[in-house]
Amino acid sequence: MSALRGLAILLLLEALGEMLTHALRLPFPGPVVGMGLLLVALRWPPLREPIGAAAELLLAHLSLLFVPVGVGVVTHLDVLTHHGVRLLAVVAVSTWIGMAVTGLVLRAMLGREPATEPRNG
Amino acid sequence: MADFVQLWIYLSSTPLFGLTATIATYVVAQLAYERVGGAPWANPVLWSVAAIGVFLVATRTPYPTYFAGAQFIHFLLGPAVVALAWPLWLRGGEVRRRGVALTIAALLGGGAAAGSAVLLATWLGMPLEIIRSLAPKSVTAPVAMGIAERIGGVPALSAVFAVLTGMVGALSAKYLFDGLRIGSYAVRGFALGTSSHGIGAARAIQVDEDAGAYAGIALGLQVLLASILMPLVFRWLA
Repeated sequence: MSALRGLAILLLLEALGEMLTHALRLPFPGPVVGMGLLLVALRWPPLREPIGAAAELLLAHLSLLFVPVGVGVVTHLDVLTHHGVRLLAVVAVSTWIGMAVTGLVLRAMLGREPATEPRNG
Repeated sequence: MADFVQLWIYLSSTPLFGLTATIATYVVAQLAYERVGGAPWANPVLWSVAAIGVFLVATRTPYPTYFAGAQFIHFLLGPAVVALAWPLWLRGGEVRRRGVALTIAALLGGGAAAGSAVLLATWLGMPLEIIRSLAPKSVTAPVAMGIAERIGGVPALSAVFAVLTGMVGALSAKYLFDGLRIGSYAVRGFALGTSSHGIGAARAIQVDEDAGAYAGIALGLQVLLASILMPLVFRWLA
């Protein structure tokens, strides 16, 4: 029940975010505005338990939520086969460059934090 | 046999098909992923997408038929993005203290990801609409589509590139970070979320709580920075 109340609050904040985005012509999507609103709303203690329950449920299964949009790849198989390997190479190499730059910059700025025990990350 | 075919045609045209296929396939993929100890190559998004994709192509089922049911899952991405405020709030003080470092890393890392994609694609002589669709691929799919529209890319292509980027990140992050000797799970998660958005964050959440929280922060920062800066950069380039 707690998770359900939390979901209702999340949806309400998303809707509020959508309305603000449209009314003020913000360059961000509604859910991102909703995320900002939730950060402010969490100062109010009664919200914490239901939000925590709903957030943990949704985020534990975040992978699942990307499956429908991922399957959309089938609608563009022609582009992928036409530019095939080169396109995949561009996507992969630029992803690695982005990860490496972010990781190295952040590590340098935070100082070398001690490594915790190795896990599959 | 004819009855079965009739039944199949009926079932595959109701939203029940897309919804059941998505959840059932994912549950099996997730079980397999746990079975092999969470190895990156067993990523449940990758295998679910591959299995359903092959099935749709083999049975000539149109994507909209599938999406009629799958949209109920897809819709939950909205509240899930709102929910990313929760892990962020739990680490409020720590994140505020590291705010400047995180913003600079997000800016440089996001810029490197988008910039290298555009440069590589240009160098390989790819068409302009593909180049512009590649630029926002490190931003979570629904937002990448919106940015693509504003910079002259093809939104649907950007969504495809964003998904591929997420999978590349989720599959290879462990090896890249181990190779670079980046040990901190906060840094690993943040870097994965910056370049591989939600799919990377989903992987980070399953690996480590700190990594998951920082991946969520990175995803949010990337959405903010890219939505503001990318249209400006492309207007300036044009």
